[in-house]
Amino acid sequence: MQYATNQYEGMIAETIVIPGHNGDPIGAYVARPLGPGPFPAIVVIHHMPGWDEWYREVTRKFAHHGYIAISPNLYHRAGHGIPEDIAVQVRAAGGVPDDQVVGDVAGALAYAVAQPTCTGKVAVFGTCSGARHAYLAACRAPGFAAIINCWGGRVTMEPQELSPNQPVAPIDYTKDLACPVLGIFGEEDFGPTPPQVALLEQALIAHGKTYEFHMYPDAGHGFFYYDRPAYRQAQAMAGWKQIWAFLAQYVG
Amino acid sequence: MCTMIATQIKVAGSGKAGNGWFTLGEANVSYDHPFEAPFEHALSLDFVNEALGPSARVSVELDVASARQLVDTINAILAKADSGGYIVE
Repeated sequence: MQYATNQYEGMIAETIVIPGHNGDPIGAYVARPLGPGPFPAIVVIHHMPGWDEWYREVTRKFAHHGYIAISPNLYHRAGHGIPEDIAVQVRAAGGVPDDQVVGDVAGALAYAVAQPTCTGKVAVFGTCSGARHAYLAACRAPGFAAIINCWGGRVTMEPQELSPNQPVAPIDYTKDLACPVLGIFGEEDFGPTPPQVALLEQALIAHGKTYEFHMYPDAGHGFFYYDRPAYRQAQAMAGWKQIWAFLAQYVG
Repeated sequence: MCTMIATQIKVAGSGKAGNGWFTLGEANVSYDHPFEAPFEHALSLDFVNEALGPSARVSVELDVASARQLVDTINAILAKADSGGYIVE
């Protein structure tokens, strides 16, 4: 939404603790618009570098646009410190287990729908490994109204890439997906490559799912990240426009 | 974790971080997105001591050419030390 210059705007953004997988307490960063609502919601799943500043900013960005936004700390169990120190530890341990991620994201979804100002419609958003986790959660945690997959790597996986923590390729859950998919990708990405994106698209078609993919030229991995050389201003702004339009259509 | 190419080894030695020297416990070697270096992927070496907590960490992120040169150089130095009779294992 666009606020008029004479319109009231406010939000609260804070860290909270929510029940995650198996009821474990995990941290979450919540940003919600002030006012009576009702507001749709979005679960914002952080990327490999961790529960970091970019994800704080994006969570607030969604709140600015009228969504109750909640970003769970998927690395909570690895301890606490600066985000990249925790991310290094998680990476060395083989990443967080997929089942645990699904449980943590389901906890964030439950928190969102329980808010008295929530419409009950909730999307899930992620970038990089966060988009892989978003896809898993959209397939396995019932209740999402839309998923936004920004350059999710390893949604398609070769057999040798499977591991105890990631035993099933997310694409293999596609038949269980119950909400529309928005995909934002870069032509120059090494993961997911355009052929890997095409495989995902074929799976969505085969299972009769609603989706729209946008593949941007002259863009690689992470082209929304303004703090990285991968940032592409025009493609990033075009991608955000697609995100707002998709959310308006399917979540409100 | 877009590549998930990572492994951890036990190491003995010391590392110097912002708070001074600490005893190393592990080295994490990965080829994945760097936090700082301006590449899409980097060879990252994180010398850590998990028993001391996540901030006990010395990190470098290298491009591939630098990483290969480093490996060759370490091996060359060790070979020279070995041939000079300096290494007792």
